[in-house]
Amino acid sequence: MDKKKKDFILAGVGGQGTILASDILMEVGLALGYDVKKSEVHGMSQRGGAVESHVRWGERVFSPLAEKGRVDYLVGFEMLEAARWPSYLLKGGTAVVNRYRIPPPAVNLGQARYPEEREIDSLLAGRAGRVWWVPATEMAQELGNAAVAGVVLLGALSTLLEGEEALWLDVIERTVPAKFVALNKQAFLAGRRAG
Amino acid sequence: MVKKLMSGNEAIAYGAYQAGVKVGAAYPGTPSTEVMENFATYPGVYAEWSPNEKVALDVGVGAAYAGRRAMVAMKHVGLNVAADSLFYASYTGVNAGLVIINADDPGLHSSQGEQDNRNYARFARIPMVEPADSEEARQYVGVALEISETFDTPVLLRTVTRLAHSKGAVEFDGELQPVAPPAPDPPAYRRDPAKQVMLPANARRRRPVVEERLQKLGEYAEQTTLNRIEPGDPELGIIAAGAAYQYAREVFPGASFLKLGLVYPLPRRLILDFARRVKQVVVVEELDPFLEEQIRLMGVTVRGKDIFPLYGEFSPHLLRQCAAAAGLVTPPPEEEDPRPPLVLPVRPPMLCPGCGHRGIFYVLKQLNVLVTGDIGCYTLGAAPPLGAMHTCGCMGAGIGVSHGIEKAGVQEPRVAVLGDSTFFHSGMPPLVNVLYNRGATTTIVLDNRVTAMTGHQDDPGTGRTLQGGETTEVDIAALARGMGYQRVDVVDPYELDQVTQVVREHLQSAEPSLIIARRPCVLSRREKHPAPVVDADICVNCGTCLELGCSPLTQEEEHVSINVLLCNGCGLCVQVCPTGAIAFNA
Repeated sequence: MDKKKKDFILAGVGGQGTILASDILMEVGLALGYDVKKSEVHGMSQRGGAVESHVRWGERVFSPLAEKGRVDYLVGFEMLEAARWPSYLLKGGTAVVNRYRIPPPAVNLGQARYPEEREIDSLLAGRAGRVWWVPATEMAQELGNAAVAGVVLLGALSTLLEGEEALWLDVIERTVPAKFVALNKQAFLAGRRAG
Repeated sequence: MVKKLMSGNEAIAYGAYQAGVKVGAAYPGTPSTEVMENFATYPGVYAEWSPNEKVALDVGVGAAYAGRRAMVAMKHVGLNVAADSLFYASYTGVNAGLVIINADDPGLHSSQGEQDNRNYARFARIPMVEPADSEEARQYVGVALEISETFDTPVLLRTVTRLAHSKGAVEFDGELQPVAPPAPDPPAYRRDPAKQVMLPANARRRRPVVEERLQKLGEYAEQTTLNRIEPGDPELGIIAAGAAYQYAREVFPGASFLKLGLVYPLPRRLILDFARRVKQVVVVEELDPFLEEQIRLMGVTVRGKDIFPLYGEFSPHLLRQCAAAAGLVTPPPEEEDPRPPLVLPVRPPMLCPGCGHRGIFYVLKQLNVLVTGDIGCYTLGAAPPLGAMHTCGCMGAGIGVSHGIEKAGVQEPRVAVLGDSTFFHSGMPPLVNVLYNRGATTTIVLDNRVTAMTGHQDDPGTGRTLQGGETTEVDIAALARGMGYQRVDVVDPYELDQVTQVVREHLQSAEPSLIIARRPCVLSRREKHPAPVVDADICVNCGTCLELGCSPLTQEEEHVSINVLLCNGCGLCVQVCPTGAIAFNA
């Protein structure tokens, strides 16, 4: 199997489920035979602040942090948070972005402007070979729970990666609390079909 | 043996269980919290949340004296609280092994300060090990306990945030059998006052023992496999440990490495041998030049902090930039976007929608009160638009600072605020002090019934222990009355009129007083209440509700809107709206 390294950054807002999604992505990498590491920060930043997880697949991974300019996939759980990371992308890398806005405090107070979608798209396209917008929160709400938007995004991302559908579903079954397994599988498949 | 993905903290807990640790004690603190949370779930172990790190360390010392392997865990600033105990334990030594997990936080992800606790190892003359990934974290706990028993000393195991909260593969034995021999049951506490009663006469006799121990540990450092040379290009020799070693491996893939697992005391002969093999020695370490300065004293020409920063967290990108500037690697190609940058509004952390602390800070701001604060989620009350906290230094500081401001002669109305867990941690002595020394500080305990910031751990006020047992619920109001406080009130922070009235009364009285603002953390209860609705015809877009700093409230062109996905229905905005435009659906 081709064990060419793959680095991912999952960026979102505290409480959006970036940690669960990065756990699943990491387990899939391990199941595919990669050495894997991931890094994120818990604590104060989770209180509605900007959060990001780094996930790395490779032949042998040393640093749990991916390096600026060398990341293969940027997964944006929220539009503004995606916009903070294009400089980390490899030239020609891929951005998968949830078309969903959570205005930060300064925007709520009318002190700052939330960028337009086209501005963010153009910013990402400055480095990314492909910017793929997915209405993941909308799709998750249709499934009955906006909290699974992250797994919808993983479903979309999975179409760009190796690993059979069954392998991903198996990892979801092992990683997600039992009572949410069915919902998360639905979310994953919805995302996968969006591809 | 299978591979299981674990965070550094999970791996430490598993390693402790495998090594036969029977007693664990900790106070929650990011990034160390999950060590004890995970350890508590293994069969046949005792684990507790102590009220603070000093108590935790004393509990660990007692268990080790009694012949049980013990582990205590804390964040870097927690070791400041426990430092008194660290120093006596260095003199008395242990009986069974004692490992102290210390989590540093380079980059201040979740701390009030950045400090390099490797200095404590040298300061207290205690050995320190530092793993570089989850698998090493698992292994090093067992090694630390062996060192502890062989040399009769507590042992520090240092992690940093990037190790504690990173995941990697760990060798996992599904059988879950502890590999250490079982301790005799019940353990025997052997009385040994000459060794364990640190009267000056006894302590004086222990003092040279500590120095002899350090000499022997220095010899051990030369032999142990924790320190290893990884041969490579003789042009460049890197000395590194922990997370910094991993970043350095990415940036200098071909170099020779001396990877240190025992970071105190250092292996002098091994370092001199390594330095002779390579043309240039470079130390890659976060925070203080702890290794670099000691190595320079050995007579080795070494570079380090002239290349890499003295503060902040490292990353592969940062190391590559610094190394390129020093001519050690070729600089990465600059491919910056030539277009004018898009201005992105920042997204700082803030109090959650429905948080009980918000009502208190909103009222304190309206009353323009001087607020001395403390460490917890509620420190976010300092952030705009609430901006209702004016000091915050460390756990338990706020009440004492308020008292000092008063005794300096300041007349302004003041309150000290702290959380329930912080109150039990270090809030009681300063509360007594205000009373004893005839102060008039009003203290508000923000009692959300949990240690929230670190991820919802139990504390002495919750009625539950770490391992899920029911226990006495320590009553903060009764405790204050028992101290001698006459004016003690309990309020619901969702009731703004009640809060305003009670705070006013307390500020007007000349006596010291206590208000308990009780409302369980919305995240720990996981209850979702329906959001109120904004009547766009009535809303005049005055922005009053936005002063609550609540993320679901957004100012649109004509009126305010509420994001129902984020809102938790606390109703504060309904109470503050001057036009009655926000209301719950009947």
